[in-house]
Amino acid sequence: MNAAADFARDRIAVTALAVLALILFAAFFAPFLSPQNPYDLAQLDLLDSKLAPGARAGAGFTYWLGTDDQGRDMLSGIFYGLRTSLAVGAISTLVALALGMAIGLVAAYAGGWVDALIMRLVDLQLSFPSILIALVLLAVAGQGVDKVVIALVVVQWAYYARTVRGTALVEKHKEYVDAARVMAFGAPRIVFRHILPNVLPPLIVVATVQVAHAIALEATLSFLGLGMPITEPSLGLLISNGFAHLISGRYWISFFPGIALLITIVAINLVGDRLRDVLNPRLASHYSA
Amino acid sequence: MLGFALRRLIQSVLVLFVMSALVFAGVYAIGNPVYILVSPQADQAEIARATAALGLDRPLWEQYWTFVAGAVGGELGKSFVWNTPAVQLILERMPATLELALSAMAIAVALGIPLGLLAGLRPDSWTGRTIMAGSILGFSLPTFWVGLMLIMLFSVELGWLPTSGRGPTTEVLGVPLSVTGWEGLRHVLLPAANLALFQLSLLIRLTRAGTREALAQDYVRYARAKGLAMERVMRVHVLKNIAIPIVTVTGLEFGSLIAFAVVTETIFAWPGMGKLLIDSINVLDRPVIVAYLLVVVAIFVAINLLVDLLYGALDPRVRLAGARA
Amino acid sequence: MTGNSVLKQVIVALAAWAACTLHAAELRIGLSADVTTMDPHFIAAQPNLTAQHHVFESLVHVDERGRSIPLLATWRTPDPLTWEFNLRKGVKFHDGTGLTAEDVVYSLERPLAITGSPGGFATYVKPIVAKQIVDRYTVRLKTAAPYGALLQDLAEVMIVSKKAATGATGADFDGGKAALGTGPYKLVKFSRGDRIELARNEEYWGGRLPWDKVTLRILPSDPVRTAALLAGDVDAIEHVPSADLAKLRARAGLKLAQAVSWRTILLHLDQGRDQPPGVLSKAGKPLERNPFKDARVRRALSKAINRRLIVERVMEGLGLPAGNVVSPSVFGHDPAVKADAYDPEGAKKLLAEAGYPDGFQLTLATPNNRYINDEQVAQAVAQMFSRVGIAAKVEAMPLSVYFGKARGGAFGVTLLGWGTLAADFALRSLAATADPGKGYGAWNWGGYANAGLDALVARALGTVDPAQREALARNASALAARELPFIPLHYQVVTWAMKSNLSYAARTDEFTFAHHFKPQ
Repeated sequence: MNAAADFARDRIAVTALAVLALILFAAFFAPFLSPQNPYDLAQLDLLDSKLAPGARAGAGFTYWLGTDDQGRDMLSGIFYGLRTSLAVGAISTLVALALGMAIGLVAAYAGGWVDALIMRLVDLQLSFPSILIALVLLAVAGQGVDKVVIALVVVQWAYYARTVRGTALVEKHKEYVDAARVMAFGAPRIVFRHILPNVLPPLIVVATVQVAHAIALEATLSFLGLGMPITEPSLGLLISNGFAHLISGRYWISFFPGIALLITIVAINLVGDRLRDVLNPRLASHYSA
Repeated sequence: MLGFALRRLIQSVLVLFVMSALVFAGVYAIGNPVYILVSPQADQAEIARATAALGLDRPLWEQYWTFVAGAVGGELGKSFVWNTPAVQLILERMPATLELALSAMAIAVALGIPLGLLAGLRPDSWTGRTIMAGSILGFSLPTFWVGLMLIMLFSVELGWLPTSGRGPTTEVLGVPLSVTGWEGLRHVLLPAANLALFQLSLLIRLTRAGTREALAQDYVRYARAKGLAMERVMRVHVLKNIAIPIVTVTGLEFGSLIAFAVVTETIFAWPGMGKLLIDSINVLDRPVIVAYLLVVVAIFVAINLLVDLLYGALDPRVRLAGARA
Repeated sequence: MTGNSVLKQVIVALAAWAACTLHAAELRIGLSADVTTMDPHFIAAQPNLTAQHHVFESLVHVDERGRSIPLLATWRTPDPLTWEFNLRKGVKFHDGTGLTAEDVVYSLERPLAITGSPGGFATYVKPIVAKQIVDRYTVRLKTAAPYGALLQDLAEVMIVSKKAATGATGADFDGGKAALGTGPYKLVKFSRGDRIELARNEEYWGGRLPWDKVTLRILPSDPVRTAALLAGDVDAIEHVPSADLAKLRARAGLKLAQAVSWRTILLHLDQGRDQPPGVLSKAGKPLERNPFKDARVRRALSKAINRRLIVERVMEGLGLPAGNVVSPSVFGHDPAVKADAYDPEGAKKLLAEAGYPDGFQLTLATPNNRYINDEQVAQAVAQMFSRVGIAAKVEAMPLSVYFGKARGGAFGVTLLGWGTLAADFALRSLAATADPGKGYGAWNWGGYANAGLDALVARALGTVDPAQREALARNASALAARELPFIPLHYQVVTWAMKSNLSYAARTDEFTFAHHFKPQ
């Protein structure tokens, strides 16, 4: 509880956490909050396309944030888009975390040539910017939610692997692990009972921030036309669709999704920052890009 | 030292080889570029002729073998659409991208370090908080969105700066550069500012953290207590303390800048190699895609090596025998 | 009127005058796509042809409406297998040498000899089986069978100087050494991906042109192109995006030029196979037979589409509802054929008659970076299908992926855009029974087969007399409209925007030529 109280001392972080909770709520309950299912083409009406915020729908409700060029309610679109963006960000980060952790632990535990090989691979992967790797992967594999998630996992795993290995190596040589080994505990037990609990806190901090990074990357990829399918737009794709309408003054098509994306990423970053301060004040205050 | 560089080089060549094979096969799997490139009237015979003319009718392994054989001689194939060798095409576009990336880096360093120092010296002041809030925004704003907002505001609404493209170039040592003239500077400002956003935020945070850490250290407190002027404390102790991480990150982030230039170049119609990559992906111009990746990876390898060497020069404690830990 | 507003007007007038005198001699145009080389026989892509037409010219040209007109030569057909071209006298290449029959024959042979290029021009010169130089200014071309479309083909092939082009590499053309044509502008500088600088050809046979300097800027991003015009960085832009149309129209100091384009947007329905991909019962089970083989189903789908609404809302006016395979001014358009009116009840009735009272489901595949608002059009069509009981999904992808997959038969319903200058041509590619030997049906993704249509198309293409050929081509258009081998959606409307002191004769073939811009 100490950590929670510590966290609560920063008002900005608490506000960010509240905002994040609200966003998660909206994303989770999108089908109940949205006046329209923006992914169901049968529910859209071309007659209601490109309406300004506050216009009345043919179906009776109000388009509080206007509509896009298909007659898609922007508010519903943002709720569903949040859902897609957050899901893609969270799932890819979790998978990358699990994968990176496993690989990092193997490297730390096995040592020798296995460790050397894995770490060279990690070094190489980290020396390439994420956007380039994702870009090439998606260009070759094609579009789709699954492919975006795979690309984001490929981009992220190495970072966790390195962090885990580093921490695990330090822990490995500490007395309690030696003690455990002397007591002839099996490797899995040592890993799960002793090493993991020590490795996790810094990882959680990194992962939080990485979720924001993944969401931004997904948005960029969708903007470049290599991300999500058009009929199920994420926030990035909504913004990208509105790109064409900015000069004509139909700002709402890309402005509101842009704001939603901005708030989400800022909130996650603020929470991540505070988590880092609370969980590990010694951790350097920069993340890898 | 030499062994370290050599090992790095061998590793890199291996990576280039594996990557070229993967990308080669991947692009091959997407489809036949001739379908996109031929004129609508073309009949089946013409499509077959064009496919054969580009060598795409041969088995994949044979195409790859031809490519590798050429690559050993420094020839990465001729572009399917640009009537030019792929390497030449990329080298031709490279100055524009490097110019953009270096301008962005200059903006990030010129603004990031002073702002970071300021925020680090007065972390709780109104200024410090504003700077930090700004840096969070810089991290979070989607680049492509900011790019368009910048065009809307500074070019369309205010009319201060050109919307897009690169200014007139002059040859400097055989390299065409646009930043040598006033018009060129006007053109590069918006895209470079857009591209610099992320690195600027990163540098602010890095500098701030480094400054705070340095000021908290005993020897700095001692120096200040001794009555040394703040300016000297800053110069000797703080700057020394933050120099290494800043050099490292600036160097490594230069690779990111080149990669993220893909987005900025697309928005600002900047004729660099990132835009060339996107265009080439769109028409499945395989020689150019593969050549771009090979050239860019080579740049990254060079940058990493350089950073490692600089790192060693700045901090003699770092042994170059091992890789970065 | 206050003194202030008078003063304002004076300033505006002065500024306009200053702008005129400053820019009267220079024209800067924003192009929508990259020009990849200045070799006019390397790749038959419209953006390249746009730039190359400034430097090079062909024997035959097309006017704004898409009809063949003489350019470097006039022609006659002494017999159905022979075309005689008489070259214009006194035409000079940019290096000062005169245009002769030798250059013409060389230029018509070069597309077949060029290596390592995706080409496309070979199609245009392949029908010619013999070339004969009669004298310095006369060339006779022979075809194996009567071939009426030769003029349209020759309009695509530019004439290069034999002396300059022999042995020239791509770099020679791009660098300007070999890019010596007879055209109104000389190539000054070709900066790939950025701009093409041109200077007036002072000895142009067609008379003096208003612009002594022309810059073609490459601005593929739509908002960026619009913004460049709004900011005054360019004087005119091509392919005004639909979203910015209203803004540009309302803006003082700018004006638009529009024409119905030659490009028809259509839906191919897979009628060749028994189980087209994505076409399933509502429960997701395979259907007993392929519904698209039934002409009533094809008609029902056509009636379900509210073309007017698509044109108004999705295209924002940049379209015209289509019933023909080619747009109104194009050769072989049948004016008697009207676009199917929106009739959801009629569509439901036809579906019920055909045995699908509850409809079925389909997946509509579309490119997302090729035609004006392509993926938005596809979504709108899917919306409309769902209103008559057909559950439609949309699968959008970049052209690079799309064409390969569509040709491989990965989709049941596909969106395609088609731009040609004759209906018989279009139908040969789109609806004739696929026959690689004859070159028929190369883009007939629907697998439609109708011997009657094939014969009609063959007769039209084999007719040399333009009037007779057009009558036959019209019949073919009408037959296609009755049978619906594919469903035409709309003809695109192409738009240029420019400063109001300029004018442009909008072209149905979508080409942007600096020499057709006139100061006012």
